[in-house]
Amino acid sequence: MKLFSELIRTLDSTNKTTLKVEALTHYFEIAPDKDKVWAIAILSHRRPPRPVNTTLLREWATELANIPLWLFEESYHIVGDLAETIALIIPASDNSSDKSLNQFLQEIIELKKLTDMEKKEYLHENWLELNYYERFVFSKLITGSFRIGVSQKLMTRALSKATNIDEDILAYKLMGNWEPSKISYTQLILEENEEDYLSKPYPFYLAYALESEAEELGKVSEWSAEHKWDGIRSQVIIRNNELFVWSRGEELVTDKYPEFQAFINTVPNGTVMDGEILPFPKGEIGTFNDLQTRIGRKTVSKALLEKTPVILKVYDLLEWNGKDIRERPYRERRELLKKLVKDMDASEIPLFLSESLAFSSWEEVANERQRAREERSEGIMLKKLDSPYLVGRKKGDWWKWKVDPLTIDAVLTYAMRGHGRRSNLFTDYTFGLWDEEKNELVTFAKAYSGLTDAEFRKVDSWIKKNTLERFGPVRSVTPHHVFEIAFEGIAESKRHKSGVATRFPRILRWRQDKKIEDANTIEDLKALIP
Amino acid sequence: MNTPLLVFNEKGIYCEKAKVYLDPWKPVDHAIISHGHADHSRWGHKKYITHHSNVPIIKHRLGEIIVTGKEWNETFTINGVKFSLHPAGHIIGSSQIRVEYKGEVWVFTGDYKMEDDGVAVPYESVKCHSFITECTFGLPAFKWVPQEQVMTDVNNWWQQNREDGRTSVLFGYSLGKAQRLLKYLDPSIGKIYTHGAIENMTEVLRPQLSMPETIRITRDTKKEELKGSMVLAPPSAQGTPWIRKMVPFVTASASGWMTFRGARRRRAIDKGFVLSDHCDWQGLLQAIEGTGCEKVICTHGYTEIFSRFLREKGYDARTEETQYEGEIGELEAKSEIEKDLEIVKKTPESL
Ligand SMILES: [Zn+2]
Ligand SMILES: [Zn+2]
Repeated sequence: MKLFSELIRTLDSTNKTTLKVEALTHYFEIAPDKDKVWAIAILSHRRPPRPVNTTLLREWATELANIPLWLFEESYHIVGDLAETIALIIPASDNSSDKSLNQFLQEIIELKKLTDMEKKEYLHENWLELNYYERFVFSKLITGSFRIGVSQKLMTRALSKATNIDEDILAYKLMGNWEPSKISYTQLILEENEEDYLSKPYPFYLAYALESEAEELGKVSEWSAEHKWDGIRSQVIIRNNELFVWSRGEELVTDKYPEFQAFINTVPNGTVMDGEILPFPKGEIGTFNDLQTRIGRKTVSKALLEKTPVILKVYDLLEWNGKDIRERPYRERRELLKKLVKDMDASEIPLFLSESLAFSSWEEVANERQRAREERSEGIMLKKLDSPYLVGRKKGDWWKWKVDPLTIDAVLTYAMRGHGRRSNLFTDYTFGLWDEEKNELVTFAKAYSGLTDAEFRKVDSWIKKNTLERFGPVRSVTPHHVFEIAFEGIAESKRHKSGVATRFPRILRWRQDKKIEDANTIEDLKALIP
Repeated sequence: MNTPLLVFNEKGIYCEKAKVYLDPWKPVDHAIISHGHADHSRWGHKKYITHHSNVPIIKHRLGEIIVTGKEWNETFTINGVKFSLHPAGHIIGSSQIRVEYKGEVWVFTGDYKMEDDGVAVPYESVKCHSFITECTFGLPAFKWVPQEQVMTDVNNWWQQNREDGRTSVLFGYSLGKAQRLLKYLDPSIGKIYTHGAIENMTEVLRPQLSMPETIRITRDTKKEELKGSMVLAPPSAQGTPWIRKMVPFVTASASGWMTFRGARRRRAIDKGFVLSDHCDWQGLLQAIEGTGCEKVICTHGYTEIFSRFLREKGYDARTEETQYEGEIGELEAKSEIEKDLEIVKKTPESL
C-alpha cells in the first residue's frame, strides 16, 4: 500500500505526461506481481464491488470526525469526491501501513460478507491507522473509480516500458473481462492466452473533432463521409456461435441489448463490427433521450423492448472470416462489410449499414452536414479511404465534423456553488425561458461551464448581492442577466418542466447587451425540435 | 432598539457613531484598514488609518493617500468611540480592529491566522461581545500542517528539481505569501529569482523583515542562469509568455486551496503546497472561543456553513455579505481589482 499510495502521490504532484509515465514505469518495475495486477485493474477502472454503501460510509466517517452529518455533506459537496472528503475530515495520522495493496483488496472483497458492525469496525480501524494519502487511496478503493489524470493509454505505455511488450498488444491483453483477484500477473500480461480470445474486442479507434476547414484535409476523393450517429459506440463480436457487445468504455454490455442475440445465426462466425447502437422507436431513429431509458438497465423488460427497441448501425469491419483485418485500408474493409451485410439476411435482424455519402466536392459534404439534424445525426464523420484501423485517439485519418450547436438566449434564475477551486463561487447556474402566456420564466437547463474565471467572479459577486431566496445550497436570483446557451441536441421530454430536454447545455457567452425581455421563449425552444 | 455599533451597508462595515468605515469597498471619507490586500484596502477614500507597519504597503499599492499609522493597542477616540488595532497574524501589518462604545466591544478580524509564522506579529486574542470574522477556510476539511514541515517540503522539492535540471517556479501572491516563502527558502540550494511584482513589494518590506537575497528577472536575465534556480512569481504569471524563459521548469503553488487535489489539477500546476495565511477550521473555532464572544458575524468564505455550525454550538451567529474575497481576492493583481471598480462606476445596475 505504501508503494501504491506513494505512486498516487507522485502522479498527483505533476501534470507532465513524461513524469507520470516515469512514475508508473518505476512502480511496475518494483511492485510485487499481485499488486501490479491490482494497480492495472484500478487504473483501468476495474474495482471490486463496493462492500459498503455510501450512506453508511458517510455516517461512519462523520462519526469518527465528530461533526454533524450535514457538515459532512456540505464538505462533500465542496470537495466533490467522497474518498477525498473522508481522508480530509478524519483526524490526521502520521502512521503508515505495511499491508500490501493486494492484502487490502482481499480484505475489501471479504468485507462484503461481514455485518455492518464488523464493517464499521474495520473501516474505523484502518482510517485511523493510515496517513492522509493512504487513507485517501484506501477510501478510493472502497468507493469507486480512480480519476487521477492517468488514462488507460498512459498506463499501458508505462507497462510497455516496464515489460518491453508492444503497447498495442498490451492494450489488447487488458481488454475484456478479467478478474484481478483470480488472475496472476504472468497470466494477464506475460503469457499468450488463447482461451481469452473469444470475447476480446479490439481497442477502439477514436476520431478527433475537425477544427479547421474541411478543404484543408486535401483531395475530397481520398475521403469517405457518413453521418455521425448519436448513440453508443460499440463493437459487436460473433465468434463460435456466441455474441459479445462491447461499449467504448470497454464494458461488456451484451445483456442490455437482447435484440442482438438474433445476430448469432445470421452474421457469420469470426466477425467483429464497429458501429453505433441507436434507439429505433416507431421504426425510425430516435433521440439520445430515448436511448437513456435503455442505458441504465441491466435487464430489459418486454414493454421497454417494444417501446424502445435498438438497432446497430455498422460502419467498419475489424475481423472477417476470423482474421484481424485492421491493417487493410478502410476502402477494403468497407467493401467487405457491405458485401457481408448484403449476403446475410439482414432484413430479419436489427442490423443496418451506415451508408456512405455520395459527393464530389467538400461543398457537397458541407451541405449534407447542414442536413444532419434531419437525419438524427450529430454531423459528418470523415474517414480517409486508405487508412488502417488504428488504436486509440490518433490524429489524421478520422475526423468528426459536428454540426454547429443550437443556441438560445436564456435568463439566469438560480445559482449554486461550484466544486473544488470554484467552491467559493456561485458557478452552477440554472436558466429559464419565457412562458409567454403566463409571463413567467420556466427552467429549461443547467450549465456550469463556458465563462472565463473573471466572468464567473463577476457573476458570483452579482449573485451574492441579488439573492432572492435561499434553498440549502441553491439561491434564486433577480432575473436580470441573459446568457446565450448552446446545446448539442434537443428532444421532447415529460420529465422536464419545460417539456424539453437538451443535450450538453453550456454557456456560450454572456449577453450583457440584452435585457431579460429579449430572452427567448419556450416556444422558440420547441421550434428547434427536429 | 438602538442601531448596532457596527452595521453592514453598501459601502462597507460602518460605525455610525464615529462616521467611520472598516475596510470599506467603496470610496468613503474615513476608513480604518485592517491590512494591505486589495480586497481590504481599496483606492479612493479621503483618509486612511492603519497600523504603521502597513503604511508603506498601502502607500506602495495606492500611491499618494492621506494615511495615519497607529501602534498596536494604541487607543484613539473618534466621536466618543474607542478604536484600537491588534495583531492578526495574517501578513505584515495586519490588524484586527477593536471598537468600543459605552462598554460594548466589537472586534473585526480582517484576515487572520493562529500560527506564528515568524513574519507577521502573531495573532492576539481580544475579548469582545461581537466578533466579526472571516472564514475563508471554514470547513472541517481544512487542516494546516506546521509551517516548518511545509517549508522543508518546499526546499526538498527545489533541491530535487535542481538535481533534475529544472527550474522551480513557485506561485504565491506578491504581498504576504511571497515574503513568507522567501524568508524560509534555503539559499544554500541555489539562487532565488523574483517576478517584478514580487520584487517591488519585497523591497518595500525589507526594512521590516530579514529575507534572503533575491534577483529581479528582467529582459536581460539569461535563460541559462535560471536553470535549477527558484523563481517566485505571482499566480497571474502562470501561462504567460514571461514564464517561457524558465523552460525546463516545474510549477508549484502555495495556498490553502491546495488542500483539494482538484484545485491543483484544474489550475494545471504540478505541485501543491498547503500553506495559508488564514485560519483553518480548528483555528477559527479556537479564535472564537478565545474572544469569549456571544455574537459572531461571518464575512467571507464558507460563511453560511460556518455560521450554521456556530449556531448549533450555541452562538448567535449570522452571515453578512461583503466584498472581501479570501485567498481568491489576494490573488488578484491590483490593476484587475481596479478594472472591476471601473465597471461598477459605469453600470451600477448590472454589477
Ligand atoms: Zn488578506
Ligand atoms: Zn480577506
